[in-house]
Amino acid sequence: MKEIALHLLDIVQNSVTAGAAHVDIGFALAEDGMLSMSVRDDGCGMSPEFLERVRSPFVTTRTTRKVGLGIPLLMQNAMQSGGDVDIQSEQGAGTVITARFMTRSIDCLPLGDLASTMASIVMGCPDKPEFTLRCSSPAGEMVFSTEEVRAALGDEVSLSEPDVIIWIQQSIQEEIEPILGGIMR
Amino acid sequence: MKSLAELEAIRKKTLSRINLRNEEKSETTRVVVGMATCGIAAGARPVMLAFMDEIEKRQLSHVTVSQTGCIGMCRLEPMVDVILPGQEKVTYVHVKPEMVPRIVAEHIVNGRPVEEYTIGAAEKN
Repeated sequence: MKEIALHLLDIVQNSVTAGAAHVDIGFALAEDGMLSMSVRDDGCGMSPEFLERVRSPFVTTRTTRKVGLGIPLLMQNAMQSGGDVDIQSEQGAGTVITARFMTRSIDCLPLGDLASTMASIVMGCPDKPEFTLRCSSPAGEMVFSTEEVRAALGDEVSLSEPDVIIWIQQSIQEEIEPILGGIMR
Repeated sequence: MKSLAELEAIRKKTLSRINLRNEEKSETTRVVVGMATCGIAAGARPVMLAFMDEIEKRQLSHVTVSQTGCIGMCRLEPMVDVILPGQEKVTYVHVKPEMVPRIVAEHIVNGRPVEEYTIGAAEKN
């Protein structure tokens, strides 16, 4: 993966597969350059046994093959910057995965095109779950929520309509640029 | 958020398009992009958004774009299936955003697959 935002696109899929109704995505950039990316869902969660093994590349929920590289690749990139990955999960309640990246490290990936990632996520699952994106840094904060967009569009217009997806991408880009622009590229 | 008022305009515009779609009863063409870890790492995100852009630009109301997981040919990602109504699915491999306008124009609009981008052409070599 060449961007932190691509890791988000990848691991969010786990929350969707877990049947979540709400997925809260957070990016918090601290004064010292530590970026914390978190994905919190209210999906099915993991059993303690599965949680213990989930970091292994040889553990996956898919049935086509026995490898799953989403979490291992995320860990590799977080750790090589001097950060880490934390996974909390409760069966029947949900999962929170938090990856921390030291953005001042030369080995840290750029945040990348977060707005395109959000647009792709919404496009992939326009009906459910509801997504919330919160970004903060010393420069400010923003919140985006699919619930608000849905309310504005009404029942007949799907979030996956091209005009809507492009609007989501542009509107998020506009809002995060002043907050996280410094670590995007 | 960027003004929600803009969404109201999008809503009106899209509604009329949806009505048109229903009136014409034209069958939908499906574009399916592989978006598992392998596809994403290979560059599927800009490809998918390029399809979105192109469809929006040409106002193709009968085309839907969706995502799928890994189908086991990770080395050929990013992969895109284009399924025209009543025709066999065509699989494009190693798709780049630059290739998308041609796929949309020649295949989706005019019904002629872009042979050189397909899995058949790639696997010959």
